[in-house]
Order: sequence, then C-alpha cells, then structure tokens
Amino acid sequence: MTLTAQRAPAPPAPAPGRPVRRARPRGLLGWALAVALPLAFLAVFFVWPVAVMVGKGFVVDGRLDVSGFAEVFSRPRTWRIVGLTLAQAGLATAVSVLLGVPGAYVLYRHTFRGRAVVRALVTVPFVLPTVVVGVAFRSLLVDGGPLGFLHLDGTFAAIVAALVFFNYAVVVRGVGGLWERLDPRAEQAARALGASPWRAFRTVTLPALAPAVASSASLAFLFCATSFGTVLVLGGMQYGTVETEIWVQTTQFLDLRAASVLSVVQLVVVAGVLVVAGRARSRRERALPLAVPDDAVRPLLLRRAPGLPERDPLAVVAVAVTALAVALLALPLVNLVVRSLRVGDRWGLDHYVALGTAGDGVLVTVWQAAATSLRTAVDATLLALLVGGLVALVLSRRPRRPAGRRALAGLDALFMLPLGVSAVTVGFGFLVSMHEPFGLPLDLRSSPLLVPVAQAVVAVPLVVRTVLPVLRAIDPRLREAAATLGAAPGRVLRTVDGAIGARAVGLALGFAFAASLGEFGATSFLARPQNPTLPVVIFRLIGRPGPEAYGRALAASVVLAVMTAAVVALCERLRGTTGGDW
Amino acid sequence: MATAISRTARASALVGALALGLGACSLASGTAGPSGSSGPSGSSGASGGTVTLVTHDSFALSDGLLDAFTQRTGYQVQVVQPGDAGTLVNQLVLTKDAPLGDVVFGVDNTFASRAVDEGVVQPYTSSAPAAKDAAAYAAGTGGSLTAVDYGDVCINVDHAWFSEHDVPEPATLDDLTDARYKDLLVVPSPVTSSPGFAFLLATVGAKGDAWPQYWTALKENGLKVAEGWSDAYSTDFSGGGGGGPRPIVLSYASSPPFTVPEGADEPTTGALLDTCFRQVEYAGVLTGASNVPGAEALIDFLLSDEVQADIPGSMYMYPVSTSVELPQEWADWAPLATDPFDVPAAEITKNREQWLTQWSQTVVG
Repeated sequence: MTLTAQRAPAPPAPAPGRPVRRARPRGLLGWALAVALPLAFLAVFFVWPVAVMVGKGFVVDGRLDVSGFAEVFSRPRTWRIVGLTLAQAGLATAVSVLLGVPGAYVLYRHTFRGRAVVRALVTVPFVLPTVVVGVAFRSLLVDGGPLGFLHLDGTFAAIVAALVFFNYAVVVRGVGGLWERLDPRAEQAARALGASPWRAFRTVTLPALAPAVASSASLAFLFCATSFGTVLVLGGMQYGTVETEIWVQTTQFLDLRAASVLSVVQLVVVAGVLVVAGRARSRRERALPLAVPDDAVRPLLLRRAPGLPERDPLAVVAVAVTALAVALLALPLVNLVVRSLRVGDRWGLDHYVALGTAGDGVLVTVWQAAATSLRTAVDATLLALLVGGLVALVLSRRPRRPAGRRALAGLDALFMLPLGVSAVTVGFGFLVSMHEPFGLPLDLRSSPLLVPVAQAVVAVPLVVRTVLPVLRAIDPRLREAAATLGAAPGRVLRTVDGAIGARAVGLALGFAFAASLGEFGATSFLARPQNPTLPVVIFRLIGRPGPEAYGRALAASVVLAVMTAAVVALCERLRGTTGGDW
Repeated sequence: MATAISRTARASALVGALALGLGACSLASGTAGPSGSSGPSGSSGASGGTVTLVTHDSFALSDGLLDAFTQRTGYQVQVVQPGDAGTLVNQLVLTKDAPLGDVVFGVDNTFASRAVDEGVVQPYTSSAPAAKDAAAYAAGTGGSLTAVDYGDVCINVDHAWFSEHDVPEPATLDDLTDARYKDLLVVPSPVTSSPGFAFLLATVGAKGDAWPQYWTALKENGLKVAEGWSDAYSTDFSGGGGGGPRPIVLSYASSPPFTVPEGADEPTTGALLDTCFRQVEYAGVLTGASNVPGAEALIDFLLSDEVQADIPGSMYMYPVSTSVELPQEWADWAPLATDPFDVPAAEITKNREQWLTQWSQTVVG
C-alpha cells in the first residue's frame, strides 16, 4: 500500500496545506510549546554560552571594541585559512555526495546478505576519535606504510580523504532514509515509457531525492568545515582552517579578540551555506509518493532480473562504486584492528585482556568507561529525539503566509548552527557561562548533566535532518483526508505524522546515538567528572608512554567501533520490526 | 497560524523552561554522579567537606591514594579535568571570577608566569618535608605555586635503527642539521603540543635570537612536524612500537625504559641529554577557592612521600622530593640532563605568541 490516496503521481506544484478547520486554542498551545521547548533548550545550552564567549572578545573594559575585525582581516593568513576551509569542506562534501548517493541506493534500496553489517560498518568512522583516525590513517599513509607509495602523508588529499571517511555515512543515511520509502512506480513508469535508466534516474528519482541530498550535503559540509582534529593530525598547520585557528587563538594565545572575530567569520560562512542549502532544498521539496520500504526495496540482483529486458547498468555502476567506497572505508578500520592485535613482535589478544584492568593513568577500566559512554549517549539521544522530533514536526508544517515560511526557515537554520560553530567556542562558552547560569545557585560546569546536554546539542540537527525529509514528503491530502473523516488535529498528528515519522525515528536514533558516542569536541573542554567516557579514556591512553598503553588505546578504539556498529544495527532492526503497516 | 504561534510562544516559554528542568532532573538521575560528593566545591562546611582539584588530562595517581588522603584529613577529593595541559591555564584565567575548584595541579613552567600574573593562584607555602626540595624549582612563581614534579623533554633515538644502518647516532642539537641525519627527525608541533613547545624553548635557550635560523636548517634537513606527541612517537618514530620510518623523535628523558623488549634487559631507544628542556609542574591554591584549608592540605599531600614515590609510575615525571627512590629501571635507563637548556618563565609568557607565530612562519610557511 502506498501513502498516496490515488495511484496518480504526486501533484507537480507544492501543495499548500489548507487548515481544514480553525485550530482550537488547545492545539495552538501545543504548537507554541513545540516551538518554545526546543528554543529554550537551544538558547540556554548553545546561544547563551556562545554569545558570552564571543562577547568576551568584543567587550574590552566594558566598552564595545570591534577593531579586532580590521586587524584580523588585514592578516593575509586570515584570507588563506578562509579559502582553505571552504576548499576542504567543499571538496570533501562533493566527494561524499558522489560516493554516498550510489551507496544509499545499494544499501537502502536493495536487500542482500550482510547488508546490516555493511550499513553498520559505514557508520563506524563517524564515532572514532580523531586521534584514533589519525593513527589508522597516518600509519597507512606514512613512508614505509602499506600505502606509503602514494606519498599522501601530510597532503591536502589525505585531509579530504579523511573527511570523506567521516562523512560518507552522513550522506548514505540521509539520502537512504528517504530513498527506501520512495515509491518506485514513478521511475518504473518512466522506464516503461521508454526512458533510459539514466534519464529515468535524472528526471524522476534525482529530483525527488534532491531535498535529502541537499540536507545531507549541508550536514556533511558543516562537519567538514568545523573539523579540527582531523585537519591538524593529517595535514598539520599548513592546511589550517578557521576552526583550527580559533583553537590556536583561544587555547594557546588566549587572544579572545581574534578568536571572536574568527567565530563571527565562521558563523557568517556557515549561515551562508545554510541559506543556499535551504533554498536548494525548498525549491525541490514537495509531497512525494512514499511507499512502505518493503515495497520499494528489492533484492540486489546483478545478473539480469527475470522479466526485465536488460540488466540495469546504473545499478551495476552503483554497486561497483559502493563496493570500492566500502573497501576504502574498511581499510583504515582493518588497519586499526590489525594494530590492536600486535603485541611486541608477535600477535595476540593481550591488549584486549588488559581492557579489564584500570591503570596507565586511567582509574576506570575500558568496560566501565564503555558503560558510562552508553549511559551518557542514551541520555543524550533521548534528549535529542525529544528536542529534534519537536523541531522536525514544527518545521514540517507549511504555513500559508510568507512570514510564517520565513520564520520556519530561520528556525531550521538556527537548529543547524551547533554543527557550524567551533567546539572550542562552545566548550569554553560553557566554562564561562554555566557557573550559576541565570542566577540559579548551581554550578553546571562540572556537573555530569552537562556532558549529555552538550552531546544532544550536536545530535539534534542530525535528528531534524533525518526525520524532516520524511515528514515533509507526507502528502498533505493524507492529513486532509483524516481531518475530513472527523479526526481531531491531535489525532491527525498522531496517526499520520506520528506513524510515518516514527519509521524515520529508528534511523535518527542510530545516528544521534552514534554522534553522542563519538562527540569529543565541546565535551573535551568540559570539566569532566570522574567517570570518563570511552573516547576520553582512549585519548588519555594514547597519550601515555609505552606500547601497552598504546595497544590498549587501539583495542579500546576497536571496542568503541564494535559498540557503535552494534547499536546502529540494533536501531535499524528495531525500526524493521516495530514499524507496522500504515 | 504562524503568527499565532509567535504570539503565544513568549507566554509558553516559561512552561517550556519548566519542562526542560524536569527533563534535566530525570537525566541527572540516570547518570552516575561522581563518587562521594554532590557538588564541586559548595559543600565545604560539612564534616571535612570536599576539595576540588582542577588538573589536566594526564593527571593520575595509583588507585586508593586519594582515599588515603580522605581518611587522613576528612576531605573528599573531586577531580575535574577540563582538557590538556596546554589549555588548563587559559581555562583558569577565563574562569577566574568563579573558579572551577579549590586547587590546581599541572601548571607547568611555560605557563607558570601567566598564571601568577593573571592572579589565578594565591600564595601558599607548604610545610611538608619535601617543600624544601620543591623550593629549588620555584623560580619566578612569587610563592603562589609549589613545584610537585619535573621532567626533561629530549630528543630520543632508536638505537636499533642506527646500528642496523651503521650510522653513528647524533648527540647534539647541531648534529640534527647534519646531512647524515636528513629526513630522520620528527617533532610534535610547538603550536599544538606542550612537549613540542618545550623543544622550541630548548632551541631558544640554546641558540638565542638565532633560533629561527636553526629551525630553517632543520627544515632544510627534512624535518617532519607531527600534530602531537602520540602522533610523532607512535606513528612516525621507528622505535615507538608503531613501526614508523623515522629514528629520531622528540620525547621525554623517561621514555627509554618503556622500550625494553619482552625478555630483554636493555631499552632499544635512548634520550640525547644535550638536547633537553626541563618541564616543572606546579600546584597552587586557586584564588577565590571555597575550601582553602582543603586545598592547602592537598598540596601538602602531593608533596608527601607516598605521592612523590607514586609519580614516576603514574605520571612519568620525576618527583621533586630527594627522599624517595626512583624505580630501578628509571635509575638505570632514564637519567636526567645535567645541564638542560633554560628560558626564564617571564620571558616565555612575554614571547609565547610571537615565538609561535615566528615558528609557524619559518617552518610551516
């Protein structure tokens, strides 16, 4: 069964949602809450800390001082790093999209043996601490390493490769989430009418996917543009970005004036990208004929499918590209596993056995840290689902007035900002603003509460970007039909948006969870309590002398990777079993 | 409808904030709190109270040591570690008006004078027996910082590589610019790594105003700059267990004992003691501390024999106390430099930014 009432293709123009009846005050209050709650969350835990931190750079002795702009912009280095930031992030995003769209097709539009494993595998890079990725990548690329002959160590290409390594999953999951529910009959009709596979894809499927592609691309761009560790570990200072420069100015020089100017520059760049992406998205966004995934997803057959006149060359290309991408992705991961098994001159599980003992400057065992990580990530994920779910629901409305549409576009961009603002600014912002915030007599800075909150701030945009394309693709006529049949607005929301959105939630759940598990930006600047999370323990272990600590750090990274893969696979399975029929 | 939303939004913000607060409570209960205390520094009044130690990521003591302190003094210790050693002092400066805790450990001599100048720490003179030893390292800290441990940042070489390639090992800073050692050296960046910055200071101490020329010569001789110590030592260095290509690395005088292979009794690497810069780590009572007696007691404890003896094994530094014994393998394989290069703390604070900027221009370009 498809979601469209009729079998005809979706209406070509955006269908304006007509409120069927006047919303009652109760409904209005509900919507107001749905807007106010996420806004309050964002204001307290993101806007306020960032504003306080950036403000410190512009207020000198109680007076506003913006002379920093002239000074920072007169440095030739500033222009170079802005250019490098855009080049790195732009290139890495383009490559991620080019590789990720075929990946989404293969991994979400088809079934094959081992699909769950591959889907989980591609998500792993997303959570690995950058120090570990540094090891995994650099020990491959370094002179004398397995890929040393490529002479990529310390090059621009190595940075872009690592950024793609991180963001491939962002595109695959973002695009795949919509694609697996796209009704295949429109494309089939085009093919039946004589269109070539490429033409059918280009004129029917791709336009339908455009919002999800733009959505994922903007996410990937933000991740790339604010990547800090990857750039420094793989490229060093010569490929410095706005993000690394903010880090240097803040943590090394305490030059808050320069850091604040750069934060504003970063904000402007990010806002610009969001506006462009938003335009690209909304131009394409419309109700789509959605299908139950089981109808849209076909077994992957590389041989000629019985009953079809020819094999689909696009599918063959997609499979080849995806196989290559997954192999490249697996290379550093395999390297990591191999290195974790190396004990002196022999092979063994010694480092894994040692995970059960504390020591080497870490007072908890890796298993305890893993438990802390899981607990924190559960808190962060629930928080992110609540906040992100509400945001997505609000954003999926289609107000008639232009002012309303603009307000929603603004809200959309606002909730993306946490991905585009430097983790240093946010982390230091927490330190300077969370002591007795708003006059409340509590010190949040060293509270265990702040860690999941900081992680949720980063996970919220992921939830929004995963759930929103699906909600927006719901045909408004479905809601109208429900309303005409007498359903109250709350019931329409529950039975239409709720039922369909819930299926995207599984995907968002895994994504948010992975982001929380791996978050090491803002959290690394928080006054962390005595129960460190796994990435923190890995970071500490790898900074210790001796091959035992190093081996244990690598083994712990493998544990983090496996844990992530398992959780992601579990979330996907959850989705498969609980998403009943609609 | 959108305008209606915005009109009611303000009224509902309060309700939203309330709901947020409730959500926060449930979250807090789901997360295990730090053992033994509820707040970082607030509860100093009751039965001994809590003393909050602010320190860097590398701080560690053997299990049970802090419990012994609690038993003896009645103070619970809460440790907060807001990042690495390099950012610690800047975080303290930024939070001066509402300090993160009562006592800091881990301010090193390259940041000491900034901490003192900014008034982050208040004077305290420990009466612990090792305080006399500590005083030998107190240069320029104005009585506000107490030295706890120290160590040397030195160039390390991979003995195995040099004997295998039949090349004599380098010994001095000048040797490193010799064509025989082309493409063999890797150092962590002074901008992103504390030991990296210490090595920059070693060259400043050794070459004076001519240090940029020395780095130009290093660069022309194939210098590799890695991001951090672990990156350089584990990935690029041939003797660090990661099997990298370069046999000369910047590390610590205490690194060689960790490279004794299984079943052997000699390390495969060694430190060049004529290339060292001495790092000293200090503790101090934070200005505005809510538990000053607890902070002072903790500093005394850091100078006690049991902590001093634990420092080499836990933090890989040398204790300031002369009355505790070093581990045997340290005594055998980790001698300290007799005459490390020195740069006065005030000079470092004054020139840090300019030196790092000039280093970046010279080496990174």
